[in-house]
Amino acid sequence: MLSGFLEVMRRDVRLAVRQGMDSLMAVVFFVIACVLFPLGVGPEPQTLARIASGILCVAALLAAMLSLERLFQADYEDGTLEQVALSPLPLEAVVVAKVAAHWLVTGLPLIAASPVLAILLQLDAKSYPALLAALALTTPTLSLIGAVGAALVLGARRGGVLLALLVLPLYIPELIFAVAAIDAAGFGYPVQPHLLLLAGLLVAAVVLVPWTAAAALRQALA
Amino acid sequence: MFSASALACVRGERAVFAGLSFTLAPGGALVLVGANGAGKSSLLRLMAGLLKPAAGHLAWDGADIADDYEAHRRRLRYVGHADALKPALSVLENLRSWSVLWGGRGGAAERAEAALEAFGIGRLRDVPARYLSAGQRRRLALSRLLVAPAPLWLLDEPRTALDVDAIARLDREVQRHRQAGGLVVMALHGGERPRRPRRSILRTRRRRPVI
Repeated sequence: MLSGFLEVMRRDVRLAVRQGMDSLMAVVFFVIACVLFPLGVGPEPQTLARIASGILCVAALLAAMLSLERLFQADYEDGTLEQVALSPLPLEAVVVAKVAAHWLVTGLPLIAASPVLAILLQLDAKSYPALLAALALTTPTLSLIGAVGAALVLGARRGGVLLALLVLPLYIPELIFAVAAIDAAGFGYPVQPHLLLLAGLLVAAVVLVPWTAAAALRQALA
Repeated sequence: MFSASALACVRGERAVFAGLSFTLAPGGALVLVGANGAGKSSLLRLMAGLLKPAAGHLAWDGADIADDYEAHRRRLRYVGHADALKPALSVLENLRSWSVLWGGRGGAAERAEAALEAFGIGRLRDVPARYLSAGQRRRLALSRLLVAPAPLWLLDEPRTALDVDAIARLDREVQRHRQAGGLVVMALHGGERPRRPRRSILRTRRRRPVI
């Protein structure tokens, strides 16, 4: 079963690497969205530094969401999903494998790009470790929650917009605690409580999402 | 032994068929014949467990498949209308994935290559699937049947887009599978006729199935 799990993951990563653009798009969107803010708000370092954490988190969240629509859509359209559903690997494990692959090709690049954008946005240097930790805990949760949305909108017209409406409200706690962690580090307050809350959300998502998303996928296949 | 009793299927609040029963012994084949929309594909999806019957049961060796669906999907291979291929992956990469999923890691590539040879597309192994013709895509989809043994084959209009050579290869594999005690359920579209007289032909017609 483990070999099947790894195979689903490996195949998704390989497809993402071959098709390049799809996963690159999320990072490019993240970069462009962050670059737009100094242009819109003005280049004063104080103003930017105050809102940098918010910009980074909101942009990362939107970038993660943008790439989610295709998570199950392609497999659904070409029949892969029904074949996987008929394989010995439980659909719940398939969901986890696909989300893990999605995180590797979108979440990880977002984390890697964030320090550079943080410099651009004049984020306080003290906040960098908190920024990386917050994004490392947030992005997997974003991918997981998004998987439920992506499974629910399968087969729907204008699935992308519907997905945003479904998923964005669920991203609010992530956003609040991630920004709080980064700001707390900047002001010299303890960061750990916020990170623990983010970790708690991640654990809850890991437990709940596979069942929910798998149930939604079964519904889509019937 | 695969059997159905008083099976009914409802799709989108429309009754497709009802009161359908059959029994299939090891080595047996069941050919589904009917006009478009008669419910052949729905019946195959019911057999695969992708759909739930509105009434009636499907049973394997007397045990309802709904009771142990995990076990049921381990014993079936389903080839539907969608070929489930990834255009960006090569022919062998496509098939190897399924080989690992069904038969485990050990020897997955060898099993995949043998299956490709059986359907006559061994020489295309490194070609990306996006360059395949419709018939070659179909051959690749059918190769999935052979990557790991499973007693029950569910084939939905498998001859679509196949040339004479591929149909002969498919018939040979079906024959071999049945001789080994496997079961085959195959849907053929209206114009096609089974090659040899079959023991069982199931004609689905809207609402009033006749066996």
